[in-house]
Amino acid sequence: MKLTPETVEHVAELAKLALSPEEIARFAEQLSEILDYAEQIQSIDTQSVDPTPYVLPLRSVMAEDEVRPSLPNPQATANAADAGDGFFRVRAIFDEGSGS
Amino acid sequence: MSGQTHEQAGELCRLSVSQALNGMAQGDFTAVALTQALLERTGEMDGEIHAYLARTPEMALAQAAAADAARAAGESSPLLGVPVAIKDVLVTEGVETTAGSRILRGFVPPYTATAVKRLRQAGAVILGKTNTDEFAMGSSTESSAYGPTRNPWKLDRVPGGSSGGSAAAVAGEMALAALGTDTGGSVRQPASFCGVVGLKPSYGRVSRYGLIAYGSSLDQIGPITKTVEDAARLLNVMAGPDVWDSTSLPMPVPDYTQALTGDIRGLRVGVPKSYLGEGIEPDVRAGVEAALAQMARLGAEIVPIELAHTDKALPVYYLVATAEASANLSRFDGIRFGPSAGADSLLENFRQTRGQGFGDEVKRRIMLGTYALSAGYYDAYYLKAQQVRTLIKQDWERAFRQVDVIAGPTSPTTAFGFGEKMNDPLAMFLADIFTVSLNLVGMCGISVPCGFDRAGLPIGLQLCGPSLGEETILRAAHAYEQSADWHLRKPSFQP
Repeated sequence: MKLTPETVEHVAELAKLALSPEEIARFAEQLSEILDYAEQIQSIDTQSVDPTPYVLPLRSVMAEDEVRPSLPNPQATANAADAGDGFFRVRAIFDEGSGS
Repeated sequence: MSGQTHEQAGELCRLSVSQALNGMAQGDFTAVALTQALLERTGEMDGEIHAYLARTPEMALAQAAAADAARAAGESSPLLGVPVAIKDVLVTEGVETTAGSRILRGFVPPYTATAVKRLRQAGAVILGKTNTDEFAMGSSTESSAYGPTRNPWKLDRVPGGSSGGSAAAVAGEMALAALGTDTGGSVRQPASFCGVVGLKPSYGRVSRYGLIAYGSSLDQIGPITKTVEDAARLLNVMAGPDVWDSTSLPMPVPDYTQALTGDIRGLRVGVPKSYLGEGIEPDVRAGVEAALAQMARLGAEIVPIELAHTDKALPVYYLVATAEASANLSRFDGIRFGPSAGADSLLENFRQTRGQGFGDEVKRRIMLGTYALSAGYYDAYYLKAQQVRTLIKQDWERAFRQVDVIAGPTSPTTAFGFGEKMNDPLAMFLADIFTVSLNLVGMCGISVPCGFDRAGLPIGLQLCGPSLGEETILRAAHAYEQSADWHLRKPSFQP
């Protein structure tokens, strides 16, 4: 399995990671090697095998929907790079045009 | 403050948790004197070892003084006045928690992890936060953004990882015990490399609330200690259900120290053939074989077994763990915690904050996991890995119908040198070959010292048990430990 630099760039976009050209070239090589190694599981017959995403036989439980004390707002936002008025402040999501 | 000589302080640092509790109960020394001794030794040693990322001396001495006052008032609790260190992937209210990453530099959590809170409620004193591979991703503590930790046994060797800071702190006598976390071997392997005891509890035995998640279906918090008895003492306090972790098991918690009977007559110890085959250093194999012979002399029955899919555990682990990691680490976006790149658009800010904040190994694992989960590859990688995981689980369940514990080396090698595997991610993965299976199947395991190689580096024996089989593996590890005395050897490095 040879990953092309284009595939690595695509995956980096999905993962929201800015990578340098050097990182893209290096990861293409290293990830290809790791995927080659992982390839060995393909030979195992798993046709009628259920997947195991979790090892516990736990089931969801119901809880009363009651209001309980939670983290006070100032503490919840204390670690933010930019916060104010009890909110996290971020750049506009939609482009409003230049200069606005 | 305590008026103790350097020699007396050194003796305090050497104590196990059990010995320290006895000494304090008898009034031989105070928690403050013990804490002071450890803080002083850490001050002298840790410039070389770098086990700690953050030390909290004022807080520790205040907690120790409170423990002394409580004891004087007739109160008792299981770890009253016992100084411990905490791996820096466990959040601690008011104390910077970085997970060994630049992306969390300056993060001061507003709450404390349940496992840490339970140690505190039991009277433990927190000395500080220990170094870790970034987000616990690594087997050598070299991927920490804050520089590596050195192995107290030989300073040019890694301490293992990812809980290398915790293992080095305990081996270097800078804490009586420490907490680590184990996603693919990160408690057991560094314990093995540093000649101490490391316990990975069964999945769900200890609450993961407040553990900065790496692989949520694999992660467990476990103690790193000088003795098996100490591991039982810490597990006693940490185990049990927690409303803040819906995967914590509701089963009652026994007194694990009661399991330490010293008697393993009739215990069936399974040894997978593949665990003593190719790729294992000769000294490691010899050490483990001698340990198995010793267990046989103690009355255990050594049974050769098969674990058919053993060689598939590592590729399955690296697909499952990285897939989970890629989802878990999406929360680090420069908005709610950690530094922000300050780029012009929201999307660009995500990309740059993460590109600058994450190190090489973390980026690589996020990329691998994202790829395995992406359209067109999900079935071939992620789903396939989960199916093979089922087969591995069935192998282990079958084996435990035949034997009580499964034994082998914790790691195929002893502590390796700095930089040896950093440029070869696959070679680094192979350090985990004997530890990852347990995380995939959710069962428990312990690494206990079982000798030294020709370079004088510790070898670890891994004893595995079924889900909630902690009493059995603790009993087996304790009986072996007490008959062998490897745990009494200490690194020669002194400040």
